[in-house]
Parts: sequence; structure tokens; C-alpha cells
Amino acid sequence: MARRVVIIGAGPAGTRAAETLVAAGIETTVIDRETASGGQIYRRPAKGVERPAPKLYGDDAPKAVALHATFDALKSKIDYRPGTEVFGISDRLLHLHDSTAMSELGFDALILATGATDRVTPLPGWTQPGVHSLGGAQIALKAQGCAIGHRVVFVGSGPLLTLVAAQYAEAGADVAAVLDTSSQSDLMRGAPLMTARPGLMFRGLKLRRVLRRHRIPYVTGVRDIRIDGDGTQVTGIRWTAGNRETQLACDGVGMGWHLRSENQLAQMAGCDFDWDPVARQMAPRIDEMGRSTRNGIYLAGDGTRILGADGAEIAGQLAAIACLEDLGRQGRHPVDSLLKRQKRMRRFARGLSLAFPFPDDLCTSLPDDALLCRCEAITAGEYRATIDRSHAIEPNRAKSLSRVGMGRCQGRYCGAAAARILAASGGLPLDEQPGLRPQAPVRPLPLGLKTPGGAAE
Amino acid sequence: MTAAAGFRRLYQGSRPKIRFRIDGRPAEALSGDTVLTALRLNGAVARTSEFGDGPRAGFCLMGACQDCWISMGDGRRVRACETPVEDGMDLITTLPGESQWPGA
Ligand code: FES
Repeated sequence: MARRVVIIGAGPAGTRAAETLVAAGIETTVIDRETASGGQIYRRPAKGVERPAPKLYGDDAPKAVALHATFDALKSKIDYRPGTEVFGISDRLLHLHDSTAMSELGFDALILATGATDRVTPLPGWTQPGVHSLGGAQIALKAQGCAIGHRVVFVGSGPLLTLVAAQYAEAGADVAAVLDTSSQSDLMRGAPLMTARPGLMFRGLKLRRVLRRHRIPYVTGVRDIRIDGDGTQVTGIRWTAGNRETQLACDGVGMGWHLRSENQLAQMAGCDFDWDPVARQMAPRIDEMGRSTRNGIYLAGDGTRILGADGAEIAGQLAAIACLEDLGRQGRHPVDSLLKRQKRMRRFARGLSLAFPFPDDLCTSLPDDALLCRCEAITAGEYRATIDRSHAIEPNRAKSLSRVGMGRCQGRYCGAAAARILAASGGLPLDEQPGLRPQAPVRPLPLGLKTPGGAAE
Repeated sequence: MTAAAGFRRLYQGSRPKIRFRIDGRPAEALSGDTVLTALRLNGAVARTSEFGDGPRAGFCLMGACQDCWISMGDGRRVRACETPVEDGMDLITTLPGESQWPGA
């Protein structure tokens, strides 16, 4: 009987996994939440907003074009389901919905290539109109041809900070400043490992030159960040660097500290997780090929380890090769060279995490009156009080008592900060905290979906 | 800064105009704009927080944060950042609280 392999996600990892499986003659289904392939990084622009690839993807244009072409050529050979979302997994069954109906799909093997979202820490004022994640700010530009404001400040740390700011400047947006929470000495600590990918290191420097050319100030070691507003809209941002306090007027703020894996489906599938000291988050346990601890479930790309698009392409191939091996399909695959390249990606990722560390102290010093949970408007003070009162030491208990992490984003944007606040308030240390348990649906379901039985819910 | 607040269009392309309404007021956008883009270009928000902490206008633009759910005159509720704006849409940003959410 033909075996069905299902891939979730059509970004760099999902595309390369599909390519590898199809080449081996495997019946492959690709499910993607988005309506077009490419993932977040190589997201395609909306119809009518198309521009030449170099304008959209910069130096990565050839890779984006190649990945899109690969997927487009696969379309007729796979069961491709764009605009379809997996909202739950039970044993060998996926629970799906598109915009009109729910359905179920069985699988013999599953490759999760679910990608990443922005890693943020809440800042005072971060829920006001005009504040977006860095990735969101980039989507506004790439997919919609818009800037998130008329005068924009970018704050955070990591490769996306400089990249998005430079893309905005080159596109003609008014960028008032770039505020980096990392210091020069952090950068120095990460630099030796980052030489594993000299091209990327050089590109980072090039982007900083773009900012200088546009006379955009780049401030490092930023602390005490507050986003000001007038009740309807962002009006400015304040911070200290060294001992100086500065205020700038702006109507848009993009914020982010590199990325976090979207690994809820791996959790729901029962994969084991460990603390990842590089990403400083819980990550699913995998072997070097991407086999999870559950039989027949393979993990690839930024949804598993944040290695960037190139690392995701490699991981997608490796996971598909592992899947083929386990299905008893022998083939000639360049496993050794892929693993060797992946090692370089990992070394670089370690360098990045040293150079642009997640600012734990910004989380733990979040003022009591600032909103920690944006879904249910719960302040950091309320969360701390709940921990004090209940002596909760574990995030899922703190969540059920405080509702922080229980909202509609499922802790995507408050989880990292909540974990650090918990650790600083007498809870388990970060590396012993289990992750927040996801609940189905992974994202809220639209109304009026038809159920597999036929009735509308 | 409030006068010019909202998204700023940097790239127009040649796209047909879309006519829709925000809380009954006529507004314009371009085909290919998402509902959220259309709102922000018109200086509008998506909803008012049911917890009394003010207006919300989306955060992630990739369907992850759920900040941008919005109601429409026909009773539909959608994620503004993932839904293309269409001619004749009747967007309602002022509904109180829970009624903005799916399943509410
Ligand atoms: S802005 Fe985050 S889901 Fe739409």
C-alpha cells in the first residue's frame, strides 16, 4: 500500500522536504496555512504589489526565486492544500480546517516544518496601535508595500533588527532610530562563532553601512524602554543608554529579539522537549537528521531550531531523507555534506545568540503596571502577585491561575517574559521549566465551519 | 503626531481601487491590501480591547497574535491581517468587548 507522508508548512524546510520525497516517488501532501508557498521569510507579495525579487528579498533574491520555482514545479505532483490549518493532532490523525470546513487526514509519516514567529518581550505601551513585531513590520513592507508608520523606530536585537531597518530606509520610509539592547561586548563575544558564515557576517556590516548612509542613529546597550502614546496611537519612545535618557517622537515602533520556534504541533504530537541553551527556549529533542522522539514524526526548520532559511532548507532535506530511510526506501543522498553544512549553521546560530542575547533583565524588570499578556490585558504586577499568593513554581500552574499565556496567542508573545518573571519570583529556573502546554485549536477557529459530519458549527 | 498616524504607503503599483466602509464612513484602499492595511492607511484601528485598555490594531501581521480580529456588518469575524479587503466591506471597529472574537 502506498504510504502517505504529510508535510506541514511550505517555507524553505517544507519545500525542500517535499522535493526530496517527490523525487523518491512518495505520495506527498503539503498543508500550508498561507495561501502561497515561501513561508514567512520568502513570503510572496499580494497580487498587484509584486516587484522584482531583488527589491523584495535583497541579497537573498536568487534563493527566494529558486525556492518558489521548486515549489511551483512540485504543485502538480503533490496533494497541495494552501490556506489550510492543522488545529490538532491525535495519534496518526490530523485535524484540519480551511476557510469553510473541517476535515481529518491520516498519515504514515509527518514532517513538521512550522517555522517561527518573532520573539518579543513585552514593553510598557506595546499594545498601542502603531506597535508591531519586527517580522510584522517586514511583512507590511514586503507583502503590502507599506511602512508601519510615518516615522518609525526599531527596537530589539538580532539579525532582523538591522535588516528590517535597512529595508525600510531603502524603501523610502522615515526611520528615526534603531535601538539595540545588545552591547558591543556581546557582539565581540559572538563574532568568533559567526565567522562560520563569513558571507552573512559581512552582510550584517553592509546593512549597518546602509543605516549610516541614511543617517539613522544606531544605539546599543539600550534599557528602560517605554513606548508613549496618547490613548489612540503611539506618539514616541523613551529609553536610556549609558546614563542618558532620550525621547523620540514616532508613530510606529517595530520590536523583536530574533525568533522563536512555532512548535505547538510537535508538543501536541507528544514529542519530548529539552531546554535548548542556544535558543534559550524549550526545543523538541531530535537526532541529527530531525527524527523526533515519536515514531514517524520528523521535525525541520526554524520550527525546531532557529538556523535561518538556509539551515531550514538543509533540515527539510535531512528530515525527508530520514523519513525515506525509515520507510525502507534506500537512495543515494548527500547526507554527509548536508550534515557538514548544517554544523556550520549551528555554529553561526550559537554566535548569533551570544552576539544578540535575549534581554532577560528587560523581562524581569517589566514594571508592575505594564501589560504582560496582551490577549487578556494582564499586567506584570498581577502576574507577580499571583505567583506570590499561590507559590506557583511551574509555568502551566502560574498560567491557569493568572491566565497569562492562556489567551488567544497561546503565550507566543508573553511566554518568554512570563517564564523569566516566574524564575525571578521564586519559580523553577528557566532550564527546568516545562514549556507552556498548547491547547487545540492552535489558533482560534473561524465561525461557521462545516464539520466532517456535514453540519455547520 | 496623531494627524498622520497609521501605515504609510511606499509602493502603489497599478491596482484597482477598493471602496469600503469603516464604522459607516466611506473609505478607500487598493486591491491587494489586507483589511488591516486598509484600516491603518485610513488611520483606523481593528477593535477596542474588551479589557478597557484601549484600541488595538494588530501586532504580528502574520496571523499569530490574534490582536486584529474584526467584525463586519454581515456578521463575519476575521483576522484583519490575513483577509484581503473587498469592495463593499462594512468594517466595524467599535463593537464592545467579546463580540469581536470568534466563538463569542
Ligand atoms: S496582527 Fe497578529 S493575527 Fe493579525
